[in-house]
Amino acid sequence: MITFEKVSKYYGSHHALDSISGQVAKGEVLVVCGPSGSGKSTLIRTINRLESIASGRITVAGQDIHAPGLEVNAFRSQIGFVFQQFNLFPHLSVLDNCALAPQRLRGLSRQDAEQRGLDLLDRVGLAHKAKAMPAALSGGQQQRVAIARALAMRPPLMLFDEPTSALDPEMVGEVLQVMRDLAQDGMTMVCVTHEMGFAREVADRVWFMDHGKVLERATPGEFFSRPQHPRARQFLADIRSPWAAAG
Amino acid sequence: MIDLIHDYWLYFLVGRYPDGPLGGLALTVLLASLALVLSLPLGLLLGLARISPWCALRWPVACLIQLVRGVPLLLVIFWAYFFLPSLTGHESGQFGTMLAALVAFDAIYLAEIVRAGVQAVPKGQFEAARSLGLGYVSTMRAIILPQALRHMLPSLVNQFVSTIKETSLGYIIGLSEVSFIASQINGLVLTKPVQVYFLLGLTYFILCFSLSRAAFWLERRQARILKAAA
Repeated sequence: MITFEKVSKYYGSHHALDSISGQVAKGEVLVVCGPSGSGKSTLIRTINRLESIASGRITVAGQDIHAPGLEVNAFRSQIGFVFQQFNLFPHLSVLDNCALAPQRLRGLSRQDAEQRGLDLLDRVGLAHKAKAMPAALSGGQQQRVAIARALAMRPPLMLFDEPTSALDPEMVGEVLQVMRDLAQDGMTMVCVTHEMGFAREVADRVWFMDHGKVLERATPGEFFSRPQHPRARQFLADIRSPWAAAG
Repeated sequence: MIDLIHDYWLYFLVGRYPDGPLGGLALTVLLASLALVLSLPLGLLLGLARISPWCALRWPVACLIQLVRGVPLLLVIFWAYFFLPSLTGHESGQFGTMLAALVAFDAIYLAEIVRAGVQAVPKGQFEAARSLGLGYVSTMRAIILPQALRHMLPSLVNQFVSTIKETSLGYIIGLSEVSFIASQINGLVLTKPVQVYFLLGLTYFILCFSLSRAAFWLERRQARILKAAA
């Protein structure tokens, strides 16, 4: 589904992505983790061209996404993207957030787009909030709407960029639940997340990144029980006992 | 003061109309409204050009903004009045001249307000729209501008209030707007300059204040809509 071939990117002299290669198969759930500034968010953002790359090649469903003449809007509409900060459109109701893109880009009638939106809101447990404005929702609810909005384009691939990092702890579960359901339905997913419980239970594979490199690729079982790279061991120790890391 | 109002109210309101051209407060309101209605779309286009990703659009507009912003409105009016006819070959009336000067000048200022408003919309909004597959134009129209306009409202009102007061500069080219008429009345009465100019000041204040209140009401209403729970 996704192939990286020696992908590099720089911010000035900072090597944000350092010759990354790898693959994500169809139906696979990949969790990318690593310390802040490791390049994991940059990596996931290159997949739908929110970030450009300096060299290398990324193909999605066989298509080189930096090929000249690529219809970038049509390409992006095939990839759902969920942001850390939700980024719902605050001036549109929850339902309109979900119905806007299918109506404009898929040529659905207003009625059909709203029906699709309602079905998806129902799937994330928020059909009763369809008429509400985003500001009236909790963080967890907003993120579930954001997932429904992305799903409304019926993308075969979903990208999640730290979807629970901006949430209060008690709301993390409801979002992860939605993501787990998606994974069980066979969605191809790439998730940048620190939710190790989610990674352990849902991921097919885990990539550990630092300094723009993928230092370790493993199944969740191997990664959590026998991390190979010293940096990965340190990272896991730090997130398991934050107090020790602070000291 | 009552006598003053009693004798001159009609002259103050419409000038020598219907025997002569329309003037007075009616002309001021007409001029200001037309200037607002025409400068807003122009300012919007200039502002969008100013921040567009294409530098062939961005640069000339940026230069134009710097240029016009660097000269006083009075000078723009003089140019429009004395320079334009010599260029086009035919006389433009005082009203047309004043309107053209106001629209050009305000559009430049509005362009900067538009730029500030658009840039105040969080980058994530743009990214969310683009990652759904919306193009640049759709993103601007459906997502960014509706939010930007809300940020812009206080500055827009500021600019519009300013426009209302700027119409008084028409005085300088003999346009019979309300300030001109007031000074005519003062010339006729001779003995009551304080009262005449107090009434003129009050008139401008009422115009500008009611616009501000209307905008404030609009802002509050918008804020309520955004928080609607269902």
